[in-house]
Amino acid sequence: MTPQDDRPVPPATDGGAPLTRRQAKDTARQDEVRLENAVETAGGELPPPAVPAPAGTAAAPESTLLQRIMTGNALVAFLSVVLSLILGGLLIALTDPNVARASSYFFGRPQDTLGAAWTAASGAYSALFQGSVFNVRGESFSQRIYPLTQTLTVATPLICAGLGVALAFRAGLFNIGAQGQILIGATFAGWVGFTLHLPAGIHLLLVILAGMVGGAVWAGLVGLLKARTGAHEVILTIMFNYIATNLVLYFLSTPAFQRPGSTNPISPQLDATALYPPLLGSAFRLHWGFVVAVLATVFVWWLLNRSTVGFELRAVGANASAARTAGVNVSRGYILAMAIAGALAGLAGVAQVSGTEKVLTSGVAASFGFDAITVALLGRSSPWGTFAAGILFGAFRAGGVAMQASTGTSIDIVLVVQSLIVLFIAAPPLVRALFRLPAPGAPRAGKGGTTTRTPASTGAAA
Amino acid sequence: MKNSLRKFSRGTGLSAAVLGVSALVLSGCGAPPAEESAGGGASAEANSDYLGCIVSDSGGFDDRSFNQSSYEGLKKAEADLGIKINQAESQAETDFGPNVDTMVKGGCNLTITVGFLLADTTKEAAEANPESKFAIIDDNSIDLPNVKPIIYDTAQAAFLAGYAAAATSETGKVATYGGINIPTVTIFMDGFAEGVDYFNEETGGDVQLLGWDKESQNGTFVGNFNDAAAGKTNTQNFINEGADIIMPVAGPVGSGTLDAVTEANAAGKDVKAVWVDSDGYETAGKAEEFILTSVMKLMGGAVEDVISTDVEGTFDSTPYVGTLENGGVALAPFHDQEANVPADLQTKLDELKDQIISGEITVESAASPK
Repeated sequence: MTPQDDRPVPPATDGGAPLTRRQAKDTARQDEVRLENAVETAGGELPPPAVPAPAGTAAAPESTLLQRIMTGNALVAFLSVVLSLILGGLLIALTDPNVARASSYFFGRPQDTLGAAWTAASGAYSALFQGSVFNVRGESFSQRIYPLTQTLTVATPLICAGLGVALAFRAGLFNIGAQGQILIGATFAGWVGFTLHLPAGIHLLLVILAGMVGGAVWAGLVGLLKARTGAHEVILTIMFNYIATNLVLYFLSTPAFQRPGSTNPISPQLDATALYPPLLGSAFRLHWGFVVAVLATVFVWWLLNRSTVGFELRAVGANASAARTAGVNVSRGYILAMAIAGALAGLAGVAQVSGTEKVLTSGVAASFGFDAITVALLGRSSPWGTFAAGILFGAFRAGGVAMQASTGTSIDIVLVVQSLIVLFIAAPPLVRALFRLPAPGAPRAGKGGTTTRTPASTGAAA
Repeated sequence: MKNSLRKFSRGTGLSAAVLGVSALVLSGCGAPPAEESAGGGASAEANSDYLGCIVSDSGGFDDRSFNQSSYEGLKKAEADLGIKINQAESQAETDFGPNVDTMVKGGCNLTITVGFLLADTTKEAAEANPESKFAIIDDNSIDLPNVKPIIYDTAQAAFLAGYAAAATSETGKVATYGGINIPTVTIFMDGFAEGVDYFNEETGGDVQLLGWDKESQNGTFVGNFNDAAAGKTNTQNFINEGADIIMPVAGPVGSGTLDAVTEANAAGKDVKAVWVDSDGYETAGKAEEFILTSVMKLMGGAVEDVISTDVEGTFDSTPYVGTLENGGVALAPFHDQEANVPADLQTKLDELKDQIISGEITVESAASPK
């Protein structure tokens, strides 16, 4: 159990030995390695290791489909993003009116079509980049980094809710209910924000607390029902989403949630004392909720990797029966995992009502609850992976707005790219086949693989 | 990684080629145009430095409802006035702020925001950018010199529809239902209810209205603006209860009503629908022959008017209220249903319209603009 063993596998040519050694380890060990790898991808947007990380894949053959989707390796995640962007680019090009016009005389002057296609796709993506990371045309420094702050702003609720989904994944629960949890969290937080009038500081704290309690209660109910009655959490959370949506609509039709003198389903604005202060001054929309999201990420990392509770949750997720035999209270694990997941989603709701929207409406959660599932999948259910994936999705969303405004490309293309990412992550064999990556745990015919990689694949198979 | 990247570019090159060829081989045989093409026509240059913009709410510009008609108004202004336009579609409410922000920063002279949900965002942007102009549809809460509210007294036109429905109904029951219980929806239902009541008072009839109780301001709602299947179920329920004219006030959900009405007619019943927002005979895309009439909210015209006043430099922030008098709201012609309505109905409706305009009849709704 030396730390060296936790490093990713050295270059493929001498990869055979460590792989064999690693395979001798028990599943818990593999889990540790997986965690380690997840942490190592934290910094950037999932930079790929030199070779496919074998740790997660080595466990694949014995694990369930859900586990495989959740723990697919970082390279597959990265390549899924790349592949989705390429397909998205093709789609942009194919639907561009200039391309369509030029294609009518394709055989007369083909370079027109190809040029137009390139202009459409590259223009859209460069606008996406400039709208999400760095605006090269900005006149001042603050204008240039404005897009980046927008990305972080949009990423904040995605990270919070994504962490909730990831945490539940790790406890073996497929939490589809982040949407409802965000809504209920936002409702609780919003109500405290516009009904109570308290001094600065206490008010915001209460708002945050209310949001977390709201989400935790909503999700905890699901955990309770699962633990007590064995009802499946997927069905429960989906149904709870409907209930939450209609409950919020109902609340918004009552005078207690409406503006005085208006019957529109929109709440009064939250008090100034209930809002997250801007993080970088009032010129930017970025607020302190982002710092809360970072703290939440640290907390979830600590909880999962350093605490007894987290160990128990992971044990429940790995094998509930074995965990029960080993003396873990599985029912408690389910309830706790869901409650914490809900509290995190509630934080996302707080980030919405108290950070960006400043009012409660039925659409306050946007589609963040569902995007959060993708974020958690892309982040391989690890806290820092989820954090990075949340920022990537924040960039898509923030950049999508700029792309739409400056090139006329429909913002729906962002949704298409996001959906493709899910598709590819859910189908690792497809990505591996496209990129001729060795399949995990299976001997491969040398047809696609290069000679340098063959030892690695045979090593994995051994 | 390098290897896989190389493969990857080869792979995509191939797939791109296959896609491209299959798409182009069918249609790629035309002759290329001359290399140089001059700029647009004369009209395009008249006001080409004026930029008019629009931000949709989460319904998008293809909602067959207020986003779409407002956008069409802007497109019409582009064609008629030669201005430039830009649009931003919001996927969700979180996009409102960034979208309006992008438009103002993009140099829009006038930005049209569609829907009361954008009110806060619009107000904030208008206060921060006093030199930019804004117009907001369906909201009258902003009082700023650079914001023009565009609102509609839809109850007036819905009154006529209610009267027409009551006069045409053979079963003595008509029905309506909404998307969500919000003022911009219930104003249709209130007007419809008043029209039915007026018919009953005038003729001593007893036509019942299902789906909406004006007193308690409660009725049948789908709960959203996208579940057409629920619209169909609602409509079937109304038909089973004996209603023969149904008015859905739920945007795209109304297409479910058209399906149910088509099926009922195929089964031998005589059931009709009343469309809302635009003339359904032209826009609904199906079941035109069963559309009795439509309660029209003509947003396109108002949008174009506001832009043209600003282009001419006479922008003012007085709210525009669409009424029967100024043609902002209207009842659509009967089209194919002409033969099925009572002979003197059109004359009577014209009379009622004049009476509403003169104030002889007042149509009250809790949601009417004040």
